[in-house]
Amino acid sequence: MGSITLKQVTKSFDDVNVIKPLDLDIRDGEFIVFVGPSGCGKSTLLRMIAGLEDTTSGTIEIDGKEATSVPPAKRGLAMVFQSYALYPHMSVRNNIAFPLKQAKVAPAVIKEKIEKAATMLNLTDYLDRKPGQLSGGQRQRVAIGRAIVRQPSAFLFDEPLLNLDASLRVNMRLEISQLHKSLDTTMIYVTHDQVEAMTMADRIAVFNGGIIEQVGTPLELYRKPVNRFVAGFIGSPKMNFIDVAPKPGDATHSLGVRPEHFKITTEQGLWQGQVGVVEHLGSETFLHVHVDHIGTLTVKADGDCQAVYGDQINLTAEQAKIMHFDKQGMTIPALSWGGESAA
Amino acid sequence: MATTQSRTLAKIMLFPSVSLLLAWMIVPLCMTLYFSFLDYNLLMPGDNEFIGFLNYEFFLTDPAFVESFFNTLLLVGGVLLITLCGGVGLAILLDEAIWGRNYVRMMVLAPFFVMPTVSALVWKNMFMNPVNGLFAHFAQWLGVTPVDFFAELPLLSIIVIVSWQWLPFAALILLTAIQSLDREQLEAADLDGAGPFSKFFYIVLPHLSRAVTAVILIETIFLLSVFAEILVTTSGGPGYASTNITYLIYTQSLLQFDVGGGSAGGIVAVIIANIVAIFLMRLIGKNLEN
Repeated sequence: MGSITLKQVTKSFDDVNVIKPLDLDIRDGEFIVFVGPSGCGKSTLLRMIAGLEDTTSGTIEIDGKEATSVPPAKRGLAMVFQSYALYPHMSVRNNIAFPLKQAKVAPAVIKEKIEKAATMLNLTDYLDRKPGQLSGGQRQRVAIGRAIVRQPSAFLFDEPLLNLDASLRVNMRLEISQLHKSLDTTMIYVTHDQVEAMTMADRIAVFNGGIIEQVGTPLELYRKPVNRFVAGFIGSPKMNFIDVAPKPGDATHSLGVRPEHFKITTEQGLWQGQVGVVEHLGSETFLHVHVDHIGTLTVKADGDCQAVYGDQINLTAEQAKIMHFDKQGMTIPALSWGGESAA
Repeated sequence: MATTQSRTLAKIMLFPSVSLLLAWMIVPLCMTLYFSFLDYNLLMPGDNEFIGFLNYEFFLTDPAFVESFFNTLLLVGGVLLITLCGGVGLAILLDEAIWGRNYVRMMVLAPFFVMPTVSALVWKNMFMNPVNGLFAHFAQWLGVTPVDFFAELPLLSIIVIVSWQWLPFAALILLTAIQSLDREQLEAADLDGAGPFSKFFYIVLPHLSRAVTAVILIETIFLLSVFAEILVTTSGGPGYASTNITYLIYTQSLLQFDVGGGSAGGIVAVIIANIVAIFLMRLIGKNLEN
């Protein structure tokens, strides 16, 4: 219970096409992440699935049933908003109870469900507080609690961790992932943070300019991006792109090398450059290397890398892991990483 | 304003204006208090003897006082009821994205800029007049006997006029409050299965509680002293049917030339206003906290 199918869905505001015709199958029980830069239409699509935005054309099916014009409450979905959207004048208990009260659930059942959700989310001690008296993480959990008690067929998350500080974000990421494992319900999660996408998703849909560039598991996207955009968006730090002069018989227009696939050599390499800023993270080191005619390359090295500002170094890359892109920015699979096994 | 020096400086700088304002308030209050204990009638020049609480006794035991006291409460309560209910409704309508919204908002606000005497005259002569008024024409068109509003429903007529003046104020304050409501809360309520009524009562109305409190407190202060509308339309009549405390004090001191009695009435009005204020703050003041 919780498969969602989008068929040729579009959305336009006046003359602007925010979502271009788009197909997507969301399987029952999966954790799918919509990721993309801001303004790419990912939040709009989520709101369309929730029923908060009208669909301009195309159909949305939930559990095989046409739901394109079904009002939000009848879709059986629950949403967690970026601002949490808790009701400020109600206690935590009443916030969580609100959807159940609206559905005219018996008070005894409501009480039981609240207790259960509160235990699950560590909110038992805070049930009588108002949202204003809670920390960001606790508010987030109340918002999730309000979603859980309705037993929706799918959860929708709209950048839920945006307003939390970095360490709390890591914790909540883990908690949401665990929640998904224990509830085994479909979750659609919107974020612009590729780290959240990579760590939480079963599958990721990469959005760009109102279309889905690629859908796949995190490792598929990392290893076999279909184009330069996906290659650059997935992975941190970003992939390096190196333009090359086209050769006859070779469509390669640019190369893509992930920072972690560079090797630093003292003798000759493919590229030679001067070390710029060095970032020591302890476990690893990021070098920003200036290479003539190419620009700055980001290189990931070991934590005990000794290079300092101004050093001349040589770089090579594992040939097998270099991506090749053609003039349109599309990956040339035969020449790129994973191409051999695919061939 | 952090250091001792800047705080001291601030006190010195504030002193002249604060003392001026204080004198402005204290001197008339003390004079009124002083007059209220004197036998002071402009028609009977004399010693202006000290007569103790006789003015108060006279004022408070006057049957007109009781009637005008309840008239005052009815006037304030009625106008508050109409402006708040109408104001919430107007605010919700004005919040919708309608064509020419900015002009509509300006038009709605217009009655607030019309002087009380003018608006009362307009209502009296153009709407409520039993012969020439619009309502009378409308009644005749329906074949009903026109109502002589100021003779038959004097207090209600004044409540309607004053409400018309104060509705824009309430609507404006409530509109700004509605605009600050987080849209995601309404969307969350949509997903939670709340209908329009649930959303209004559980989300919009609680959000408006602070603004409603502010409107009640501000309007009460002004509505306790409604005067021009009564003077221009009914002159407090028929009998005392549309006389409020403010108007009663006016008749006492300026129509009967009884400065002492009028002053005693003024002091009584101040006390009543304070009782109302304390009562209101106890009742709804907690909404303004945080």
